[in-house]
Amino acid sequence: MTRHTLGLAALAVAALVAGCGDKAQQNGEHPVVLIGQVSPLTGPQAHLGKDNENGARLALDEINAAGLSLGGKNVVLEMKSEDDAADPKTATTVAQKLVDEGVAGVIGHLNSGATIPASKIYADAGIPQISPSATAVAYTASGFKTAYRVMTNDAQQGSVLGRFAVTKLGAKKIAIIDDRTAYGQGLADEVEKAAKAAGGDVVAREYTSDRATDFMAILTSIKGKAPDLVFFGGMDPQAAPMAKQMKQLGMTAKFLGGDGVQTPKFIELAGADAEGALASNPGLPLDAMPGGAAFKATFEAKYGKIQNYAPYAYDAMHVLIDAMKRADSSDPAKYLAELPKTDYQGVTGRVRFDAKGDLTGGAVTLYQVKDGKWVTLETVQSGK
Amino acid sequence: MGDAGNGAKRQIKQAGLNPAGLGAPHAKMDIFLQQLINGLVLGSVYALVALGYTMVYGILELINFAHGEITMMGAMVALAVIGALAVAAPGLPGGVILLAGLAVAIPVCMALGMLIERVAYRPLRNAPRLAPLITAIGVSIILQNIAMLIWGKQYISFPAILPQGRHAVLGATISDTQIAILVLSVLIMLALIGVVQKTRLGRAMRATAQSRQVASLMGVDVNRVIASTFVIGSALAAIAGVMVSAYYGLAHYYMGFLLGLKAFSAAVLGGIGNLAGAMLGGLLLGLIESFGAGYIGDLTGGFLGSNYQDVFAFFVLIAVLVFRPSGLLGVRVVERA
Repeated sequence: MTRHTLGLAALAVAALVAGCGDKAQQNGEHPVVLIGQVSPLTGPQAHLGKDNENGARLALDEINAAGLSLGGKNVVLEMKSEDDAADPKTATTVAQKLVDEGVAGVIGHLNSGATIPASKIYADAGIPQISPSATAVAYTASGFKTAYRVMTNDAQQGSVLGRFAVTKLGAKKIAIIDDRTAYGQGLADEVEKAAKAAGGDVVAREYTSDRATDFMAILTSIKGKAPDLVFFGGMDPQAAPMAKQMKQLGMTAKFLGGDGVQTPKFIELAGADAEGALASNPGLPLDAMPGGAAFKATFEAKYGKIQNYAPYAYDAMHVLIDAMKRADSSDPAKYLAELPKTDYQGVTGRVRFDAKGDLTGGAVTLYQVKDGKWVTLETVQSGK
Repeated sequence: MGDAGNGAKRQIKQAGLNPAGLGAPHAKMDIFLQQLINGLVLGSVYALVALGYTMVYGILELINFAHGEITMMGAMVALAVIGALAVAAPGLPGGVILLAGLAVAIPVCMALGMLIERVAYRPLRNAPRLAPLITAIGVSIILQNIAMLIWGKQYISFPAILPQGRHAVLGATISDTQIAILVLSVLIMLALIGVVQKTRLGRAMRATAQSRQVASLMGVDVNRVIASTFVIGSALAAIAGVMVSAYYGLAHYYMGFLLGLKAFSAAVLGGIGNLAGAMLGGLLLGLIESFGAGYIGDLTGGFLGSNYQDVFAFFVLIAVLVFRPSGLLGVRVVERA
């Protein structure tokens, strides 16, 4: 019984605090609008998490400096940055914390695994969320009206990869391997679908795990089917030994991967055997982004080198505030209706959303290892 | 790729009898030979690590779960030395750098093995058998975390210092590294059998395995013999660790776990406590994994894929244990060291 009463009391307090988003908090004479930002700020991905935070902060500072007026009042934006440590459990805890603190919107999270469980909490509270970097299809597939992202998802990336393999690389016979993770398998499935649709023949579908290092057996079996190309859905710790072992077996098939492979670590681990490997990454390379050069100059003067997703976090913040401006309110219930109508020219490109909250016509860029470096091949707009 | 139904069933029947003869015999022969090479190389690494499990079990009836982590430590230490040398003395030939790595990794692992025995197992020598088993798991976790603290969570790459020569054998390919792994493993196993069968220490080990008490009554320094067993096993683990990281081109603080699990299964398959059994079990497990992953898809007409390779390997293990509970060569009598 006590527990119930306590719970009710907590709810009441939460409701009170939650009501603050639009008006109650004051900064001098200006009302403050809280915006949440969540990414891993500790742990092995801390450098990426900090990068997202800085990208979002840069946008927020610019908006504040330019002055923001909502509902006839000048308001000040304030960022509440939280650490989810790339962990799904922590992600839900900090999401609840932000909801309780009464944020009007959230930029985040960074990882798909953390973004997906947190998205339910924001959806239940009716708070819009824009993830700069979560690419798993499942994030927007839940059907939450509050879930958006400004990066091409895995399905879009997979379909570009599958088409690219058949039409551009001229691969007739394709072998596909995945690591049985949500990411690897999802990507591989999309590649298989797209490759078949483009007229390619999937001659082998093999599986491994995200712990394995020995692929000799499955590669030998694949070699017997003489494919023109081997696609791997997974991350660089598996891709690197796989590329090595392909060379070791004297396989001449091309090696293609997704964004888990398009990393400096892949080249470091595979060494000379990385040469010629192909991989994709969602979005444009920074120097090809419409506002890339200017963003880079401003960002790096303030925070140092860009790690990866900062431009996306920056655009996500602008897209969110843009919707508030159009609704002339920071009340989530009011400006949420404006988000689907977004058409924003950002640093990373033009941001428009489809019915699920995915980026419409997002770009995917293909890279190849040449002389021990990833070199941009071309950027493809994913057809939607 | 899969034609379902009757076609698949017929394929299982035909292929089950003679996997090598799938389709035209000559066209598939090179694939068969390649899988054989793959399996033998993988198996000889398993065998080397399995020897460490089986030696300790033979003498103490203890499953030293930290053994896989000693393999990992061997790889990490050797890589640290190799990395440093490759930068400090770039002119050195790859073989020399590798030997230097081994020359540091082996003694470090030997000392580590001795230390673990002294600190974690000896005080529990007469405790119930569950206690040292739990300690072994604890030691394994501690070693993983130490490695993670020192070398981080990232995969570490093995510098390309070794010759990358590849040779064609009847349509299959074998690399210099693979040949080196095979030859070295066979030599080490022969040397180990020599030590156990022909030397004073070997005799003391066999005596201790039969009965610790009687051996000590006969004047055998049992503590020293047990420590030596750990030291020898750890040296083998260090070599296996360096082989694995050179072969796959990387090392990782977690690499010992899976390798240890597989090697332990190999030791059980061959009959834990039996040296020849560990070697046989290791080679068999390597071959089963390789052929399993390579042919399971074709054998079942695409019904089961290579995602079942581990299931397949462990299915064989269970089947063997059902009919021979002490393993293929396991005899629950005298010669166990």
